[in-house]
Amino acid sequence: MKFLNKKNIFNLILILSIYFIVEFLINRGIIDSYIILNIVVIGVNIILAVSLNLITGITGQFSLGHAAFMSIGAYASAIMTAKLGQPFIVGIIAAALSASLAGIIIGIPTLRLKGDYLAIATLGFGEIIKIIGLNNDYIGGATGLNDIPQYTNWTWIYFCVVITIIIINNFIKSYNGRACISIREDEIASETMGVNTTYYKILVFTMGAFFAGIAGALYANYFYFIRPDSFGFMKSIDILVIVVFGGIGSVLGSVVGAVMLSIISVFLQNIPELRMVVYSVILFLIMVYRPQGLIGKNNLRLFKKRGVLNGCAHSK
Amino acid sequence: MILEQIIQQVINGISLGSIYALIALGYTMVYGIINLINFAHGDIYMIGAYIGFALTTFFKLNFLSSLIISMLLCSILGVLIEKVAYKPVRNSTRIAALITAISVSLFLEYGMMYFVKPETRTFPELLPDKQIHIFNTNAVLDFKNLSIIVITISLMLILQYVIYKTKIGKAMRAVSLDSDAAQLMGINIDKTISSTFAIGSALAGAAGVLVGVYYNSINPLMGVLPGLKAFVAAVIGGIGVIPGAVFGGFFLGITETVISAAGGSLYKDAVAFAILIIVLLVRPNGLLGKNIKEKV
Repeated sequence: MKFLNKKNIFNLILILSIYFIVEFLINRGIIDSYIILNIVVIGVNIILAVSLNLITGITGQFSLGHAAFMSIGAYASAIMTAKLGQPFIVGIIAAALSASLAGIIIGIPTLRLKGDYLAIATLGFGEIIKIIGLNNDYIGGATGLNDIPQYTNWTWIYFCVVITIIIINNFIKSYNGRACISIREDEIASETMGVNTTYYKILVFTMGAFFAGIAGALYANYFYFIRPDSFGFMKSIDILVIVVFGGIGSVLGSVVGAVMLSIISVFLQNIPELRMVVYSVILFLIMVYRPQGLIGKNNLRLFKKRGVLNGCAHSK
Repeated sequence: MILEQIIQQVINGISLGSIYALIALGYTMVYGIINLINFAHGDIYMIGAYIGFALTTFFKLNFLSSLIISMLLCSILGVLIEKVAYKPVRNSTRIAALITAISVSLFLEYGMMYFVKPETRTFPELLPDKQIHIFNTNAVLDFKNLSIIVITISLMLILQYVIYKTKIGKAMRAVSLDSDAAQLMGINIDKTISSTFAIGSALAGAAGVLVGVYYNSINPLMGVLPGLKAFVAAVIGGIGVIPGAVFGGFFLGITETVISAAGGSLYKDAVAFAILIIVLLVRPNGLLGKNIKEKV
């Protein structure tokens, strides 16, 4: 397969032109810092949602501890940039590697569990990591870690999001991605057909943690300040809600879900007292009236040739 | 001296464990019957505490009558939640049902916070401040501890009676074993599920009032962590198994107080979750759970 085919060149031009248009608008001052703040939040949420979608949506492993990987990434990057004075790229790499290491360590024992039990075990790990963070004085304990240099800008967030989406989207369409989908559809059947289910589950868990770590680094290096409480159980739920809201198993859905929910929460900030009440009602209505999510199970494909499903792994 | 401390910690642990056990019973019953982790359960416990607070502070009722009224109102609330929120998603995917449960939980927490304001409130002193010394040592059995333990055990005995001796209990056991077969035998599934929610929520309401009496302070987010812990207790004992929930609750309560007494109070939540993970890895069906073979 040629890499530089028409479609890829077109996508590349599209990606770059979006980047330069927004960069131009920022330089001209049309996009102010408040919008950039929201763009960063949306970008972080997209990375988190897409990576959780790989675990929960594509491979069908129910994880309620995704925020823990984000917190490991955030703290790793914060330590690297604020305490050790390293450049941001070192922080991001450290964040991604430490989070994926945690993914392996957590994944090997817990991925033997299934369904609700796996969800509870990952929830437990998330809480344990939060409590360790709360009691560790080197990283500030419960008061949090301050004075993290602000490195995250439009360039970093945009390219991290794009790279995450491209890698995960291509992974899903690959041989490995099809193996993961077979695990979701029927684990016993796919094992019978020779798929190494343990290997793929741990691989996917580690990949998801890797990107969640990057999201954590971007988050920490934008907001100056992190504390363990921001990465608790509720954050994991928020990420899961984005995935389900967009459409479970759909990368495009996760992107749309992250954008939509972030915009909704911006509007809800006008009514701080009732914010969570309205949010919960919206959540409930979506689950009752559109449980398959906004996009459903469709995968990200910008151009659909007639008759050919563009390598889409599961056509229905 | 050491023995004295051990006795004291065990008493405190049993009191805390009773609360966990009461909440865990509701979790386990609901999970057993519709396979749903009812995240809103911890919030029903919180609302139970607030109802108890309102009844004793504004209506000046005594302890027992406010306990019973709070249990009744909580069971109505539980049935209402089941009818409004969980029934429409009963046939959806697991994940949709779970998120519905979370949305109900958020709704109750923040709706309550809107009405009663987020600050912590002080529960009135309802029980006499009597203390009993055990075996002539300095270990103290508070009247509060005693009443929590007695009420918990009597509620559990009533529950045991309802489940094993009455018709509705038989229906519950049948539905949790095989709901399709139960339906074919003429059991009204809707009614059975509603009564499960009613009983579970009543127990949570009782736990709420007891916690208010024991710790004297309540706030709208008080249900989150005990809810999770009670759920952990239910899983440790074996989810869906009623004696398992009681065992898990007492086990978790005693472990937690012992760890706090040993100086690890900051890590007590982490230890609870660590125990959960170890139990899940060694015996995924819980310590008292049955081993079910997976069929292809």
